[in-house]
Amino acid sequence: MSWTAIIVLASGAYLFKLSGLFIGNRLGDGVVRRGVELIPPALFCALIALQTFADGTELVLDARVVGLLVAVVATLRRVPFLGVIILAMIATALTRVVAG
Amino acid sequence: MTELRRNSIALGIAVGLIGVPFGVLAATAGLSAPKAIAMSMLVFTGASQFAAVGVIDSGGSPLSAVGSAMLLAARNGLYGMRLSTLLRRAGWRRVPGAQFVIDESTAMSLAQEGEAQQYEAFWWTGAAVFVSWNLGTFLGVLLGDIVGDPEVYGLDAAFPASFVALLGPLVPDVPARVAAIVAAAIALVAVPFTPAGLPILLAAFAVVPGLLARRRTDEIALGVDEASP
Repeated sequence: MSWTAIIVLASGAYLFKLSGLFIGNRLGDGVVRRGVELIPPALFCALIALQTFADGTELVLDARVVGLLVAVVATLRRVPFLGVIILAMIATALTRVVAG
Repeated sequence: MTELRRNSIALGIAVGLIGVPFGVLAATAGLSAPKAIAMSMLVFTGASQFAAVGVIDSGGSPLSAVGSAMLLAARNGLYGMRLSTLLRRAGWRRVPGAQFVIDESTAMSLAQEGEAQQYEAFWWTGAAVFVSWNLGTFLGVLLGDIVGDPEVYGLDAAFPASFVALLGPLVPDVPARVAAIVAAAIALVAVPFTPAGLPILLAAFAVVPGLLARRRTDEIALGVDEASP
């Protein structure tokens, strides 16, 4: 990957972030603002689903599902933040050992 | 140290652990150490970096590498729009601070109650992830294949688990839950048919059913809705 490609990507990624911060202040209080407020819950839930069930352009069911379930149960049981992450990692790793 | 700061640092460390395999992959894809580290400092959005280096590693062109990485970077613009009112008070600091607008800082921030905490969480998580992600990248480039397969340690579970832990406060009402569930469904349905990076952007359209649900609940609250006898 050339330096040019890295600089182009870095500039583009930064401009997305910066322009969002400034455009967001001009949205008013209408339906667009209310839509933007729903973006994080929507995208985070989609990210969780993708990181658990997607492998490239394929849908798969593997050890990550166990990690997700453990994370959900731990969160509902009010396990502290770091604990949720560690438990999910251990559960996923162990599932891989057991499943070979 | 407050719980907020502890959690920000914990999330930073978890992301730093994912930075190690990024460094390893960058090295195997033929990127020099300065290039890999420059990517982590300047691009600083993990999914995009993995996508770009992954395309290069599998023999793709730099153009398609940048293209798919840009698709994945676009969502940070949406996060920026959501965070804009919260960060207005930062003034000129938004110019360097914009670099911190990523999944983790947005999630940790919005998971807090009250604007002061949300503001603090944004900066703490952004800084913690920045330091840790770059250290992780550096270690990965240095260590290379010694690290082995990150999946053996269940590292790929760290990111979704941290978002599960943060999701609760982000879905306080029916409209947010509708948007969240529909978004996950859209993303998964899109996976087999679209190039990587597109499913997450398509998922943003889930705000439409979310808004419809919002209007419905507002109508009920206002008594506009005709209650059935």
